[in-house]
Amino acid sequence: MILVFAETWNGQFKKSTFEAVQYASACAKAQGTQALAVVIGPASAPVESLGAHGVHKVLHLHGPEQFETAQYAALLAGVAQELNSSLIVVSGTANGRALMGALSVRAEASAISNVTALPLSYSPLRVVRGAFSSKGIETCESRLPRSVIGLIPNAIGLKDSSDSDAAFEDRKASETARATVLEQQLASGSIALPEADRVVSAGRGMKAPENWGMIEELAKTLGAATACSKPVSDIGWRPHREHVGQTGIQVNPQLYIAIGISGAIQHLAGVSSSKTIVVINSDPEAPFFKAADYGIVGDAFDVVPRLTAAFQKYLN
Amino acid sequence: MKILVCISHVPDTTAKIQFTADASALDANGVQFVINPYDEFGLTRALQLNEQLGGTVTAVTVGDASVEPTLRKALAIGAHDAVRVDAFALDPIQVARELSAVALAGAYDLIICGQESIDYNGGIVPAALAEILGWPVVSPCIGFDPAGGRAKATREIDGGKEILDLALPAVLGAKKGLVEESELRIPNMRGIMSARTKPMVVTAPQGANPGSAAVSFTKPAGKSAVQMIDAQDLDTLVQKLHEEAKVI
Repeated sequence: MILVFAETWNGQFKKSTFEAVQYASACAKAQGTQALAVVIGPASAPVESLGAHGVHKVLHLHGPEQFETAQYAALLAGVAQELNSSLIVVSGTANGRALMGALSVRAEASAISNVTALPLSYSPLRVVRGAFSSKGIETCESRLPRSVIGLIPNAIGLKDSSDSDAAFEDRKASETARATVLEQQLASGSIALPEADRVVSAGRGMKAPENWGMIEELAKTLGAATACSKPVSDIGWRPHREHVGQTGIQVNPQLYIAIGISGAIQHLAGVSSSKTIVVINSDPEAPFFKAADYGIVGDAFDVVPRLTAAFQKYLN
Repeated sequence: MKILVCISHVPDTTAKIQFTADASALDANGVQFVINPYDEFGLTRALQLNEQLGGTVTAVTVGDASVEPTLRKALAIGAHDAVRVDAFALDPIQVARELSAVALAGAYDLIICGQESIDYNGGIVPAALAEILGWPVVSPCIGFDPAGGRAKATREIDGGKEILDLALPAVLGAKKGLVEESELRIPNMRGIMSARTKPMVVTAPQGANPGSAAVSFTKPAGKSAVQMIDAQDLDTLVQKLHEEAKVI
């Protein structure tokens, strides 16, 4: 039996959850076994939607309403031990990443994060993962009979869901939490960067924080998340959570538009797995052009509003 | 407060990454090694807490003798003493187990790791170490204020942050925000001189087994040449993104 942690976010599943479920189902199929999705918490979670991504069964553990690392790790490890699972799949979200270390210790499993594709083999388990901040690709082998895999969001294409014949089970469950969430502060209306399909990112070329309106306008037109370079976050023009790069968020969207970012090696490390990169810079020698698919030499203040208009015209 | 800061010895962020001819490992030739940037945020917060609350700051790493200059740098920045567990770091589970032995021997109130290392990017060690010890963990941690055996910690979550209340001892996975970039400390001459005489204890490893092993490494395929588009012809860009790249 292969387990997948079906993470909820505000009582709903995110795209990254469906990717993890699809991944686990594909692993199960390849091994001639079955996949079980484990949902923890909110009673409102639309568990039926998981069945359509190939799992044999959905186990909904009713108990804790909010994520806490030790508690969720204990709950998942309990299911893994009960079913003697060889593989536990989690999505590489903030919570998924936080969970992996605790879960692997609790479930006596190896922990392999940053995984980008289906396993190369299952016995022993061999997977491909990003390393050296995407400057390298590692083939990693588990040395234990049980493994926890962390799948990078956006790494596998989500297939259209099919008809479901999944079974559903509800169970009350609780484990001890070691920390209490006092409050959550969510940036309203923003799209979480690690799993954004499109990202509009800007750097010091924007000259001042009050000039970000046109960046947000372009992002809004494309349904994209906004991001920024390290210097921009360091000087406080934009919040740290938008910092993309080697020591910030790693992204791999379908489309990454970089505006007024020169393209330092540390920035490229965080964005190089984007499918398509568009670079807009007034300096034709900016190193980012070498890493781009499409380049425009021009002044952001001139190009960006016209680009927004061009996208609006197309999308209408 | 007795604080243990876990340090990783990693290639500098500007380093060009190459692998050995047999593709089995990083080619360290010509690579400058530094303290893992996430660990620097943790070390700085530890030193700030030490200035407020007293106690000690101990830097620890798992590695052979080649990592000692990086550990000395942590001493030069202000850690009081250092421990090197004399083993090759092979895997996050092995490293967490080796660190847990150091943690238990030292009766620490707080352990701060980086949220991940920028070499293997596992992000596994903070929560694994906490789970072995049975302590709470906050990772990625972007704010931490202890008071009377408890602490309020801020954790970054997708699209925002959350405030946690927890009892010490605890493990943190540090990220920018725990301290700001501008608060990071650079070793001064006095620090560098005193680091030479600060105690660095080398301990024998527990012999913990790794959970996984790297088989081989490759470099990502390079991009094909960039297509330059006239800034006056943005409709062409939109068209190419639709028809050629198929991303809109």
